[in-house]
Amino acid sequence: MNVPAINGPAMNGPAPPLALLAELTHRCPLACPYCSNPVALERAGAELDTQTWQRVLAEAAEIGVLQVHFSGGEPLVRRDLAALVAHAAGYGLYANLITSGIGLDAERLATLRDAGLEHVQLSVQDADPAEGDRVARRPGSQAEKRRAAERVHAAGLPLTINAVVHRQNLARLEAVIELAVEFGAERLEIAHVQYYGWALRNRAALLPTREQLAAAGNLVEAARARLAGRLVIDYVAPDYYARRPKACMAGWGRYFLNVTPSGKALPCHAAETLPGLRFPSVAAMSLRAIWYQSEAFARFRGTDWMPDPCRSCDRREIDWGGCRCQAFALTGDAARADPACALSPDHRLVVAARGEAERPAPGFFYRSYAAPVTEPV
Amino acid sequence: MTGVALDGGAVLRLPAHVKFRFDETRQTWIILAPERLFVPDEQAVEVLRLVDGVRSIDDIVDTLAAAFDAPRAEIMADVLAMLRELVGKRVLQQ
Repeated sequence: MNVPAINGPAMNGPAPPLALLAELTHRCPLACPYCSNPVALERAGAELDTQTWQRVLAEAAEIGVLQVHFSGGEPLVRRDLAALVAHAAGYGLYANLITSGIGLDAERLATLRDAGLEHVQLSVQDADPAEGDRVARRPGSQAEKRRAAERVHAAGLPLTINAVVHRQNLARLEAVIELAVEFGAERLEIAHVQYYGWALRNRAALLPTREQLAAAGNLVEAARARLAGRLVIDYVAPDYYARRPKACMAGWGRYFLNVTPSGKALPCHAAETLPGLRFPSVAAMSLRAIWYQSEAFARFRGTDWMPDPCRSCDRREIDWGGCRCQAFALTGDAARADPACALSPDHRLVVAARGEAERPAPGFFYRSYAAPVTEPV
Repeated sequence: MTGVALDGGAVLRLPAHVKFRFDETRQTWIILAPERLFVPDEQAVEVLRLVDGVRSIDDIVDTLAAAFDAPRAEIMADVLAMLRELVGKRVLQQ
C-alpha cells in the first residue's frame, strides 16, 4: 500500500493505524516453503471465535483503521468469513481478501461480494503449472487458481495477482506477467521472498543471484511501460542485494497492526520471532490500548530505540532502522541495525549469504504443522 | 498515465470498489481503492462530491463556476487535469 502524508510525523504520540492484517487462521491447503506464517503454526482450536473478531473489527474502525486485509493461512477455511467481511464493511472498513484461491467457488465469492468485499488478491506460485504445484505442494493448484481468477472477474471484483519470486521461478517472470494479464488482473504485485521463518530455513533454495535480480528489474521496467493503463505492477526488491534496508512495515507501530489467529496483536506478521517482547492479546486488551499503550508496540517505534549507525543516520526516518525481525534472525539482537544495510557492522552476514545463490539449490523444507516435510531431491 | 481522453461531455463515476468518504478520526476526506489510499485536497473534494455518474463534466464546472464565482475556462482546465489524473489511476471511470 502506498502511504500518503495523511499520518505525518507524530507530534503527540503515535498517529492512528491505517491497516489491519487479520490472520484468521494458519490452516492452508498449500505448503509453500516461503510462507510468511510463523514456523510454530497455530492450530484451529486456538483460533478466535466470530464474536471476538467482530469486536476487533469494530475497535479497529473506532481507532481509525481504514483497510482490513483478511488473510491467513487460507481465510476461506473460516466458515464465518462472509460474516466478518459484512461486519467490517458495516463499519466502513475497506475489505480485502488475500487468498490462494483454493475453495473460492462462485457461490462463496458471490456471498463475499454481497457482504461487502471490495478486492481480491490471489497468489500465484509460478507460470508453469507443474512448478507452481511443486512449490504449493498441491497437485492441480494452478488450475484451481485459474478458475478462481475467472470467478473474481465474473463477479466484477478487482483482482490483484500476488507473485512471490525467487531463484527457482525468476526465469519465468515474463510468463508470470503474461499470466496476470490473462487472469484479468488490474494489478500485479511481484515480491521477492523475504527471509524470515519458513523462508529463512529455505534461503539456500530461494535466494536469487545478483544476475537474476538485475534481469528481473529490467524485465519489470519494460513490462510496466508496455502494459501502462492495463496492468499496474508493484515490485518489491529483495533486501539481500540492497545498499540500504527496506523500511519494514513503513516503521514499527506506525501504520500497521496484525492480529494472529489466536488473537495476539503484532506490529508485523513476523514479530513473534522476537524474544523478550510480550505481545498483547485482543482477548484481554482493546486495540486502542494495544496501539497507544502497549510496551510491545512502543518498543521499536520512532527513532529513540536506535543504536548507531541508525541513530545518527540521515535516513533514520526513511528506513526506520530496517527490519527488527531480520536483525534478530541474523545477529541474535533485535535492536541492532538491519544487516541488509551496508552501514551495519553485521552486513557481512548478508554478503556471505549471497554465496548460497551460487550453489545448487537444496530441496524445499515445506511448511507444515507436523514433522518437517523435506522435498526429495 | 497521462493522455487519458476526456472532454466536458464525459460523465464520470466512482467504480463500485472505490470509496470516497470522510474519515472522522483524521477529519479529512479520503479515497479508498485496492491497496491504495488517496487524500484529495480541498479543490478535489469539491469536484469529487459532484461526480455521481449522472452529471457531465460540463455540469460540474457550471456548478463550481456559479458557487465560487470564478472564470469558467479556468475551472474547466483545472477540473479536467484533475479528473484525467484520477481516471488514469482508476479512481474514476467513464
